Amino acid sequence: MSDAMWAGTVAITGNEGAELEAYLARPLDDRPRAGVVVIHHMPGYDEATKEIVRRFAANGYAAICPNLYSREGAGVSPDDQAAAARAKGGVPDEQVVGDIAGASEYLNSLDHANGRIGVIGYCSGGRQSFLAACSLDIDAAVDCYGAFVVNDPPAEFPLKVKSLLSKAPDLSCPLLGLFGAEDSHPGPEEVAVLSSQMDKLSKEHEFHTFPDAGHGFFSTDRPAYRPAAAVEGWKKIFAFFGHHLAA
Amino acid sequence: MCTYVTEKIALDGAGKGGSGWFTVREGLVYVDHPYHACHEHTVNIDFTNPDEGPSARVAVELTEESALALIEAIQKALALAPPGLASARRPGS
Repeated sequence: MSDAMWAGTVAITGNEGAELEAYLARPLDDRPRAGVVVIHHMPGYDEATKEIVRRFAANGYAAICPNLYSREGAGVSPDDQAAAARAKGGVPDEQVVGDIAGASEYLNSLDHANGRIGVIGYCSGGRQSFLAACSLDIDAAVDCYGAFVVNDPPAEFPLKVKSLLSKAPDLSCPLLGLFGAEDSHPGPEEVAVLSSQMDKLSKEHEFHTFPDAGHGFFSTDRPAYRPAAAVEGWKKIFAFFGHHLAA
Repeated sequence: MCTYVTEKIALDGAGKGGSGWFTVREGLVYVDHPYHACHEHTVNIDFTNPDEGPSARVAVELTEESALALIEAIQKALALAPPGLASARRPGS
């Protein structure tokens, strides 16, 4: 297998036909491959997330990260887009689902697509990965420390989202959850509630909570980075996608 | 943690952003993850003008100590100046 890849910005069609900016990375060889939609964290469509996209391509997947804040304007820097989206209380769930659906369709339209799609998200993207898996026909989903999957945001938070627990019966695929023992959003008690709900609904899931790690432990460019948890976490991700996304 | 809590205030002044000077109309203050500063959490202040789009923004990310020192410095500087010197309501300004 060649490890050469193509990576760069593409335009995709998101919710209600909106044109979105997206970052695509895909191997150059002609082997059949699955697609992975990478959902960025709340600070937006940043360099660290693009690096994650390239990591999936280096491991044989066609991966894409749609810029969920594209509607804040073309040519606007990602940090300004993130600030503008934040000031509006975040992006609506229905819009995110439509954008992820568009990203999945784009991946499945590429040459050598095997028709299988995984989603993975970090922080707010972890919640949105769960949301996508409960709303779309997905083959495998990874939730990395997504807050507000179980609990509603506190009343004083301006965030326009709610708990997703009521959507859990619609989960369409196996779920991998990666959490930090020192995180408070989601805290270990929320992870336990989600796990027990998955058990109750007989939904296939695999949860790991890493010690000495808090929120954002995969973020290599932030002080929250915890190499031991991140290295182990990446192993779990590739084992999970390798198992569930093979044609 | 991502707090999402944002204090919004109306402002009157000017700021210099990535594409030059603009009229500042709004201030957003939040304690959350920074975009650039190398700390887990910072006090983030955005000086913006929503009418001019998302790029009309001056962003600063400060530690709690720095933010409190800034508040004190602003209050000291204002106390040392003649009262009302920088007020929008100052006669003849």
